[in-house]
Amino acid sequence: MGPALRLVVQRIALGLLLLFLVSILIFWGTLILPGDVAQAILGQSATPEALANLRDELGVNDPPLTRYFEWLGGVLTGDLGTALTNGKDIAESIGSRLENTLFLAFWAAVIAVPLAILLGLLAVRYRDRWPDKLISGVTLSTISIPEFLIGYVLMYFVGVKLGWAPTVSMIHDGMNLGQKLHSIALPVAVLTLVVLAHMMRMTRAAILNVMQSPYIETADLKGLTKFNIIWKHAFPNSISPVVNVVMLNLAYLVVGVVVVEVVFTYPGMGQYLVDHVSKRDLPVVQACGLIFAAVYITLNMIADVVSILSNPKLRHPK
Amino acid sequence: MIKNMPLSAMIGLFFVCLYFAMAIFAPWLAPYGMAEVVGDVWEPSSAAHWLGTDNIGRDLLTRMIYGGQTTIYIATAATILSFTMGSVLGFLAAVLGGWADQLLSRSVDLVMSIPSLILALVILSVMPVTVPILIVVMGVLDSTRVFRLARAVAVDINAMEFVEAATLRGEGRGWVIFREILPNALSPLVAEMGLRFIFAVLFISTLSFLGLGVQPPLADWGGIVKENKDGIVYGIGAALYPAVAIATLAISVNLVADWILNRTTSLKGGRG
Repeated sequence: MGPALRLVVQRIALGLLLLFLVSILIFWGTLILPGDVAQAILGQSATPEALANLRDELGVNDPPLTRYFEWLGGVLTGDLGTALTNGKDIAESIGSRLENTLFLAFWAAVIAVPLAILLGLLAVRYRDRWPDKLISGVTLSTISIPEFLIGYVLMYFVGVKLGWAPTVSMIHDGMNLGQKLHSIALPVAVLTLVVLAHMMRMTRAAILNVMQSPYIETADLKGLTKFNIIWKHAFPNSISPVVNVVMLNLAYLVVGVVVVEVVFTYPGMGQYLVDHVSKRDLPVVQACGLIFAAVYITLNMIADVVSILSNPKLRHPK
Repeated sequence: MIKNMPLSAMIGLFFVCLYFAMAIFAPWLAPYGMAEVVGDVWEPSSAAHWLGTDNIGRDLLTRMIYGGQTTIYIATAATILSFTMGSVLGFLAAVLGGWADQLLSRSVDLVMSIPSLILALVILSVMPVTVPILIVVMGVLDSTRVFRLARAVAVDINAMEFVEAATLRGEGRGWVIFREILPNALSPLVAEMGLRFIFAVLFISTLSFLGLGVQPPLADWGGIVKENKDGIVYGIGAALYPAVAIATLAISVNLVADWILNRTTSLKGGRG
């Protein structure tokens, strides 16, 4: 495990460093940008006293370095501060919302990942024939429409015209799993469609890449069936890129969730973030931004670690 | 060049030209004024209002035409900005190498480690939301992707003999970048440009839909969805027209970009 282990440790250290730098970027980025934050929050008609009070509360007058470390210390101990707009504890508000968001993303992933790999295999098997062209055509059009519009198209046809699923995804603790799943059917469908397209295209490309190796030609000349070649010979060697693709798309899911939650007024992190961006509630935006970035960085890190571990050259050094 | 063009690219090119013409000649094409209230709320389509009216009784076709103008204008400006910035910095990083390359590449890695929508939301929470600021924010965020492609392509070209010959001849860095690398890197960059443009269209539409992009009464495709989304539950499809517009524009640009990319089999950069 020598070189592989070292690479994994290196990658994790890099991930942590990245997280630290991102926290600086998010914190200072909101400070050094031109424009007076207090003015932006209160609007043009604010009185000088109110502005001074708010600046004091925001701590704009303290040196930036102290403020950053106070904030970082708070974040690390689970204290995200209080929201400016309603004075509520941010960590408390985020808790249940984060759970809801992960619930939504989890079900989208459970459906999209196996489906994408299956469709990718199919597209390779029938390469350049009609199933491939059909799959590519459909996925190209779902990539070309923004998530929120796919959401409204599905809401209009499936939710309103057919009445199969609720158009507003309310969710609360009193519901059992079946009710919850019915409630989030449409947002899950939207997320699945969006991620599926990316994932399937990248899976197809990854397997096609392996299909050009000489050993595949050997298998072909041995007279194996096309599907056997893909499933037994090409697929195992494309696991590493495919896992990478899956992780990248799960990371993408994290962002897609923001918009889809707004469309279906789902009580999750994304809606919380967007609401507070328009209210210019800086502590909430910083906290949410950091959490989204952390999830994204972690998923990317896992993708890299998996591809290191699945590389036989690194696992069995000579 | 035009003679050997496949049908799909021709259809794509046709629609792209159509949309840009529509954006340029919007004031002459639109049947009514941009923010003019001309009828009842959510009228169905009729001879006077081809697409019906919107949530406060403005002509929807007019809104769509002006919306296309705003969306295409912002996306084009952001793409030009991201391309100029990204490719110049990318070429510089490739030619200079050493610590300058490291500094630029690592900063780009840092910015790219945060999803651009999240970063844009964080930035827009402290900046006033105006069209120039939107263009700059989108352009700068997107230039990181252009930077990666431009750097990768330029590193390849920089290792070729003709660049070495130019350097030995005593040409300066400016000559190497603009006379040796740029002409050879142009075609993967142009193909990428199409994809970045589409990304910008989707991005600005998403921001406007979230209420953090183009502000009313100015029309844009994302904003039209936001304004008319409440009609959906009553079975009024006014909010879906931008979907058709964005999808046809995106697919057309993709078709043209694919064709350009296929014409240049060597030096294909990463697409993403």
